[in-house]
Amino acid sequence: MIRARELAKHFRVHKRPPGFSAAVRSLFHRRYETVKAVDGVSFTIERGERVGFLGPNGAGKTTTLKVLSGLLHPTSGEALVEGHVPARRQTELLQKITLVMGQKSQLIWDLPPADTYELNRAVFDLPRAEYRKTLDELTGLLELGPLLGKPTRQLSLGERMKCELAAALLHQPTTLFLDEPTIGLDVAMQLAIRDFVRSYNQRHEATVLLTSHYMDDVVALCPRIIVIDAGKLIHDGDLRGLIKAMDPDKRVSFTLTERVADEELAKIGALLARDGVRITLRVPEREIPSVVGHLLGELRVVDLAIEDPPLEEILRVMFGKAKQEAAP
Amino acid sequence: MIRRGRALRAIPTLLRVGVAETVAYRAEFLVWILTTTLPLVMLGLWTSVASEVPFQSGSGKPYSSADFVAYYLSVLIVRNLTGNWVAWQVSEEVRMGAMSMRLLRPLHPFVAYSMSHLAAVPFRSLVALPIAGALLISSGASVLTREPLQLVLLVPSIALAWLITFSLQFTLGALAFFVTKTMALLNLYFLMFSLFSGYLLPQDLLPGWIASAAEVLPFRYTLGVPVELMTHELDGGRVAALMLYQLAWAAVSLAMALWAWRLGVKRYEAVGG
Repeated sequence: MIRARELAKHFRVHKRPPGFSAAVRSLFHRRYETVKAVDGVSFTIERGERVGFLGPNGAGKTTTLKVLSGLLHPTSGEALVEGHVPARRQTELLQKITLVMGQKSQLIWDLPPADTYELNRAVFDLPRAEYRKTLDELTGLLELGPLLGKPTRQLSLGERMKCELAAALLHQPTTLFLDEPTIGLDVAMQLAIRDFVRSYNQRHEATVLLTSHYMDDVVALCPRIIVIDAGKLIHDGDLRGLIKAMDPDKRVSFTLTERVADEELAKIGALLARDGVRITLRVPEREIPSVVGHLLGELRVVDLAIEDPPLEEILRVMFGKAKQEAAP
Repeated sequence: MIRRGRALRAIPTLLRVGVAETVAYRAEFLVWILTTTLPLVMLGLWTSVASEVPFQSGSGKPYSSADFVAYYLSVLIVRNLTGNWVAWQVSEEVRMGAMSMRLLRPLHPFVAYSMSHLAAVPFRSLVALPIAGALLISSGASVLTREPLQLVLLVPSIALAWLITFSLQFTLGALAFFVTKTMALLNLYFLMFSLFSGYLLPQDLLPGWIASAAEVLPFRYTLGVPVELMTHELDGGRVAALMLYQLAWAAVSLAMALWAWRLGVKRYEAVGG
């Protein structure tokens, strides 16, 4: 279980204007500013939950994950992970958690991943038989076989990320903090990692807190999402609830066999996008049956999809609102 | 107790991985060995001076060319066994946020770094030690000590010198939690080390106040003491005093390292990622 109560992390940042004279002046007189990276965030995540942690750049997502994993001491508030205060970094806690950062590597750069795995085995004091079994399982699931003996520096980004995941999971943690685990990966690799995280969560009843810029990751993996902006929590709930609350209309996408005028389409719903005969309309949910009937009956439609609005769009609106409310 | 047992069990693997890291880059490894050869430069300089002008220390002990050869080759050997660069490594990992990954492992970074550096010692010494040893035996052996007590204490003295050096360097590295960039501090450390440790000049050739300062500062105990045990005839009382000072500095520097870490890690900003 993860619990944050009024959690805050503030940084003191040296600020100076650009330019040579400002640089020289800053030698004698420095101006500091307090940045509230996380500002009174509270939430509870139960064991086995998969939660997406969303927010624009600089919202405080990674800082929160670092506080929860014990890397940062909070300025105020409380954090409790698996019954431990993370900042104390007790062995019992470190044995149960992991943090994967897409842009930081725990693999020893000049050595093959197998050496990092061996190091982790020793440091986490894993019995050899158990370690071998877990490693074999991870090697199979993530298809690591040919990568284990290659120096880390010679692995591609996707290969490295798979090896990072294995290194992070060798000690079979029950709480996973995943910070952009699919960043820079191609679609196939993103899917592979997504599937792997889901199956790990199910097999180990592991708690997953995930940040990702790829909304598909979040939609596919996380029934619940927490949204923060400027260090403050602005939404905590299930994904469908958020979408419904922010934009209850559906997106109806279809391809026509012949061109139809925009005016004609506007009678069915709000025209959001048009690429030749490929159309996307915004339609209130209650009107869906009649709109679908009309499309199939009156127009020549070759395919049809009814979807929720994309999460990116919802978040854009949400962050825009938050900004407007914060403005004086 | 459990934690200590876990750290002890991890040591063989930490050493094995440390060895693998040390030998990963052969060219860099050789260049690093070359950078430890400053004592050979000093040796060349002082033996040529000593062959022209008779030298003697403040206590009246004469210094011949053979004395200089023995001294600087001993310095080379001890420096090879005790030198390390952990301050730079800790400081960079703190500054760049790479320390995060170490902090997620249930092992104190002091142990992890120390094992990785200890693993490098035999390899770093692979080239320098046989050469220095052979030269020492062929040209300076006559002035090496034959005192059994000093020879017996040489091993613990080198071990303590290593521990003091490592702990001081670790403390300096941990200062990066407070000042972010510690390169200037490292340069200052190296300057003071060169002056007070006996790296540039034997302590008994240093001017009075520097020699007195060297007595109480930690640097001499990172290098000078084991070198003196190898090259000087010391009375029993003096040997005991030097060893006690060294032991005390080992305890103080270790405490400083762990204290600086404990205070510093609370300020860690885990940048990046």
